[in-house]
Amino acid sequence: MARSWRDAFDLGERPAEGVSGVEEGEGPAGPESGSGLFKRLRDSLSKSRQALQAELGASLFDQLDEEAWERIEEALILADVGARTTAEVVGRLEAEVEAGAVPRGDPVRERLVELLAEAADGDGARVDLSARPAVVMIAGVNGTGKTTTIGKLAWHLRRELGLSVIVAAADTYRAAAIEQLEQWAERAGAEIVRGSPGGDPGAVVFDAIAAAESRGVDVVVADTAGRLHTHSNLMAELAKVRRVAAKRLEGAPHESLIVIDATTGQNGLRQARAFAEAVDLTGVVLTKLDGTAKGGIALAIASELGLPVKLIGVGEGLDDLRPFDPREFATALLAE
Amino acid sequence: MFDQLSDRLQETLSGVRARGKLTEEDVDRAMREIRLALLEADVNFKVVKQFTSQVRERCLGAGVLDSLNPGQQVVKIVNEELAELMGGASRDLAFAGSGPTVILIAGLQGSGKTTACAKLAKLLAGQGKSAALVACDTQRPAAVDQLLTVGEQAGARVYEQGTKRDPTEIAEWALGQAKAAGDDVLIVDTAGRLHIDEELMAELAAIRKRTKPHDILLVLDSMTGQDAVNVAQAFAERVDFDGVLLTKLDGDARGGAALSVKAVTGKPILYASTGEKLDQLERFHPERMAGRILGMGDVMSLIEKAEEVSDQKQAEDLERKIRRQEFTLEDFLQQMRQVRRMGPLGNVLGLMPGMGRAVKQLRQADLDDRELDRLEAIILSMTPAERARPQLIDGSRRKRIARGSGTTVQAVNQLVKQFGQMRKLMAQLAKGKLPDPQQLGLG
Ligand SMILES: Nc1nc2c(ncn2[C@@H]2O[C@H](COP(=O)(O)OP(=O)(O)OP(=O)(O)O)[C@@H](O)[C@H]2O)c(=O)[nH]1
Ligand SMILES: [Mg+2]
Repeated sequence: MARSWRDAFDLGERPAEGVSGVEEGEGPAGPESGSGLFKRLRDSLSKSRQALQAELGASLFDQLDEEAWERIEEALILADVGARTTAEVVGRLEAEVEAGAVPRGDPVRERLVELLAEAADGDGARVDLSARPAVVMIAGVNGTGKTTTIGKLAWHLRRELGLSVIVAAADTYRAAAIEQLEQWAERAGAEIVRGSPGGDPGAVVFDAIAAAESRGVDVVVADTAGRLHTHSNLMAELAKVRRVAAKRLEGAPHESLIVIDATTGQNGLRQARAFAEAVDLTGVVLTKLDGTAKGGIALAIASELGLPVKLIGVGEGLDDLRPFDPREFATALLAE
Repeated sequence: MFDQLSDRLQETLSGVRARGKLTEEDVDRAMREIRLALLEADVNFKVVKQFTSQVRERCLGAGVLDSLNPGQQVVKIVNEELAELMGGASRDLAFAGSGPTVILIAGLQGSGKTTACAKLAKLLAGQGKSAALVACDTQRPAAVDQLLTVGEQAGARVYEQGTKRDPTEIAEWALGQAKAAGDDVLIVDTAGRLHIDEELMAELAAIRKRTKPHDILLVLDSMTGQDAVNVAQAFAERVDFDGVLLTKLDGDARGGAALSVKAVTGKPILYASTGEKLDQLERFHPERMAGRILGMGDVMSLIEKAEEVSDQKQAEDLERKIRRQEFTLEDFLQQMRQVRRMGPLGNVLGLMPGMGRAVKQLRQADLDDRELDRLEAIILSMTPAERARPQLIDGSRRKRIARGSGTTVQAVNQLVKQFGQMRKLMAQLAKGKLPDPQQLGLG
């Protein structure tokens, strides 16, 4: 069962208000609105052209010879899970099968999905929005989908959970980044706090928290400029933004999420490691799962760094954000 | 983990020398290391399979198994094959005989198209061509604003009609404008799109049909994983792009996706983008990329260069000295000069296996060729005895050397200390032990 929005968020003491829908702002864009929770993800996966992808048919799990194990490994490697995590998971499965703990055939596939789901799951970690205001900081390398994710998140927080939201335009670096977030805020019906281009990103977050406090707004979501984790000066700047938030409000940011593009290969691990070091990440948003990439790197990140995936992006429309479901994800990793 | 593949290969194959012959199993073991390194670098699984079987065949071929240093031979073959796969017939942009040259920029969301457009305009301006841009990304919020801003920064005219019109029409209109204005080049920025998005891929094909671009570039993020082949194949099918512009190479991604794309579509990589600033775009060098993918520097050219500058006998002498920690400051001076004859410091260090990290630190410390001049001056102010036995250098000698070289006592101290550390490190390396990477930061 896919998780619901209620399950995926910790809203603290205050029960979420009745879901009233969005009065201001647009409704979900695009012809695909209203499709089932994961239908779109499945659709895109089934129509994906995986010419190079091995087919993990049922017979594979019946025979389980050397070649079959290789095919399983191959599928995971092709999904960007990475050699190390693949070897770990498949090694464990193989040991269990050999010990007679798992009967051949479908139970093996079932167990594989379970092992993968376990590796991706951070004990069902929820997005912690229990503080008032709760501050969520969004970071990541260039172009992964940070700003878009913020637009979608703000919309869902309002619509699904009845929360009021301020977005903070703390990407003061990239050309037109503020205008981009402004448009998303308008669509989502969220307020925006902005500085000026080239201004101090920390100051924007500071002002946004102050505004949320004085207006009784529930959540602040801060956009930050995309940056490659190898530029130490930019990472230091990000750490500073975080410190400013912490200084302004104890415990903030309550969530620091890295946005990882599902097409990312093994470099994703280095990204996550570097960002975690700089800003003490609490989780991952995995975007662009509507393409043919499986996002297996998120599994490697979860299993090696203990950073759970919390949300996934499945398109460019307002409603294309979902709570992460480890089983769905694991199944999709193996799907053709 | 895979930072020093060449070292690991040497290690894997080190026992071979004693036995005098490389066996098939040795080669297979080496292929396993290579396979892992390539996968770690995000080269597509199928491409890796094909590649290693090809390399294996060559390694088992004549002359390799019983050569003097089979480890080095294997590394050399791998590097050659990689460069071959990456390179091939590289082409330049094609320019129109008359009227504006049209360059169509396409790619997935977030790959870096808009910035690439402005960079390309700037690069072409440097070649005396006036390039204009047209904003055909009507999808992403504020994409037009972004192009206007970076276009201005690059000194390029930007044609735009907002977001309400059809991108195909905007492109066609802009081509008319560019003709009238006498622009040499028109660069068409398009919305990021998924290769499986039928509607948007059809739109791209329509823009191509209407504007008849002379060049179509696929913008590819160097951090892309296994999916790169699916993306490239789909774009090749629908718009038959001419080459790849590889972005975000200032990160630490190995960039194996570039190799996969080249292997699967045969399309060359034309440009490499290495930063957010508009002048950070350059022509692509296949040889460098091969080394980056394996994290082993361009071993082949290093070996060749080393062969050029030092003869076999000399090299063997040196190796013995290093092993026994008998390497002197005089030797160091000779080596340093030899290395400097090969080219600027950064390039040469980048060529050395396992030195990628050192280069980065050098850059951070701003240690450049001037620093080497200083080191040379210090060593030249020493007597031959001091060069052979640095431990002779006491307080008063230090003062003399500092004065003679126009440096400070601290600088002399530092050189002597670092040299001692380096000598130990090199002896370890020569004995086949992997040094602590921290130590490779040159102290
Ligand atoms: N198909 C698809 N595209 C997405 C998704 N999320 C974001 N995008 C697209 O990816 C592109 C980049 O998104 P942005 O939100 O601007 O990314 P960013 O991380 O804020 O980028 P920078 O601020 O420039 O570093 C845009 O074209 C988005 O529409 C997703 O889940 N699926
Ligand atoms: Mg952004």
